[in-house]
Amino acid sequence: MSATDPILRLESVSKHFGGLRVVEDLNLAVRRGVRTALIGPNGAGKTTVFNLITGVFPVDAGRILLDGVDITAAPSHLRIGHGIARSFQNIRLMPHLSTLENVMVGQHCRNRGVRGVLQPVNLVPRNRWREAARAALVDAGLIEYERSTVGNLPYGVQKRIELVRALMAQPRLLLLDEPAAGLNPAETEALQAQLEKICSGGLTVLVVEHDMHFVGALCEDVIVLDFGRKIAEGSPEDIRRNPLVQEIYLGAPVAQPMERHSARSA
Amino acid sequence: MSGYLEGVLVLLAVNVVFAYGGFLPLAAGQLNLGLAGFAAIGAYASAYLSNVFKLPPLVAIVFAGIVAGVVALIVAVPVLRTRGIYLALATFALGQIVQAIILNLEVVGGAAGYPVAAFIRLPAIAATATVVVALVWLLFATRFGIAVTAVHDDETVADLMGIDVRAFQVAAFALGSAIAGVGGGLYAHHFSFIEAQYFNISLSITIVLYVLLGGTQTVIGPLLGAAVFTLLPEVLRASANWRYVAFAAALIVLMALRPEGLVTGAQLRRLLGLARAQPRHAAVAAALPKEPSG
Repeated sequence: MSATDPILRLESVSKHFGGLRVVEDLNLAVRRGVRTALIGPNGAGKTTVFNLITGVFPVDAGRILLDGVDITAAPSHLRIGHGIARSFQNIRLMPHLSTLENVMVGQHCRNRGVRGVLQPVNLVPRNRWREAARAALVDAGLIEYERSTVGNLPYGVQKRIELVRALMAQPRLLLLDEPAAGLNPAETEALQAQLEKICSGGLTVLVVEHDMHFVGALCEDVIVLDFGRKIAEGSPEDIRRNPLVQEIYLGAPVAQPMERHSARSA
Repeated sequence: MSGYLEGVLVLLAVNVVFAYGGFLPLAAGQLNLGLAGFAAIGAYASAYLSNVFKLPPLVAIVFAGIVAGVVALIVAVPVLRTRGIYLALATFALGQIVQAIILNLEVVGGAAGYPVAAFIRLPAIAATATVVVALVWLLFATRFGIAVTAVHDDETVADLMGIDVRAFQVAAFALGSAIAGVGGGLYAHHFSFIEAQYFNISLSITIVLYVLLGGTQTVIGPLLGAAVFTLLPEVLRASANWRYVAFAAALIVLMALRPEGLVTGAQLRRLLGLARAQPRHAAVAAALPKEPSG
């Protein structure tokens, strides 16, 4: 069953902020090469789970295993080197860097050490790291913004730049925190196309998302959190039919079947 | 060249070097108010090396820069644990400590000051300043420049992107201190006499102002800031006693008009004709379907 062995496993992970139990005895597994959604009401602890996986906060209890390797105690700046890259709920691009430079920030974990840091990326026009970053922007259809100051760009474009930046780390596991939040339908479609393209390469993706259409179109597995505990997991269809999930998250029983976007079948 | 003009240009070159000493930590988001202390370490170390060991002045100055950088590396461990206003206060205290130590160090003259036998003129000083500017410019054209700016902009995300935030902060602090040390060495070998009182907090603040007014985002900013700061008081000399008032007023106007400094990254990209960015409204308009005409 090597195809279904988990790339990421959380074992009895807990995180408390003062008296607030944000994540409580959480066990979850993300299957390799599968797109998994993490859903749940506001305050369920979804972003905290991301922050624990990426090491923004230490866990209070439990273990985090990536490909069987215990990374619970790994410093946060080394975790991207283990193959975990992420995007952020609110766009966190570097406002004083151009689009291209922001994308090159994503390459940093592959350029640690003195020689990597002294790569003349802004001096030699044909520098291979610079060219690789430009190629990624061309692929994503964002090359026209190459030299723009990121703060002036439309929100949807900034979200896609953030995604390109995360991919430059060549992660094994990509964490996306509400990638479609705040996007208009056209931007959501562009993002979805970009994600489909990325996922076709077999990258494992864990995504926090509220848009159930988006989740249904993109993800094969769904994990539902509530008050820091896992209350359900399964395929999007299973989750939609789960009465407990309907009650606390989806609201009224859902009448219409979840749409499968055409891009999925491609 | 008149003595006056040479004096002004030497001061300009020394101030430019100082400005880059302030620029490195500021580019990484740290306010170092102890720069005068590192300039003093450089001045005294180079003077001692050329007076006692008879090293050529420029060699002594390079060594002095290394000494200042090593001292900075050592103190960086406790000092850079603080942040924001506390970091400013800790570095300020550091400058005071250096000053106090020198005042009590009889081997370099203590409070009486320290004469420097060797003498260098404008060409050597200007050449050294040019090398410093070129090296900083080269350094910021590498991934180092991107990483330091990333640390300045968002420490959390820089960390998650694999950037060792602390290592870059320490490196920027130590390199900046080494450069300030070189500036101190240049100063010592031109003015032939140094005293601890010169390297006071107002020197540190002046250096930081060069950078903040010139702009912390581009390598050209500190150069411009130091030039404006050094030359403006000279230009205003005609107004005699009022020149510092006029100067201060000009500074306040500058800060109000250009809060991010004279030169910003975005502006530089625009000026160089490199920006292909459309303004937001234009980008949106282009994406909208055309209205049917008539």
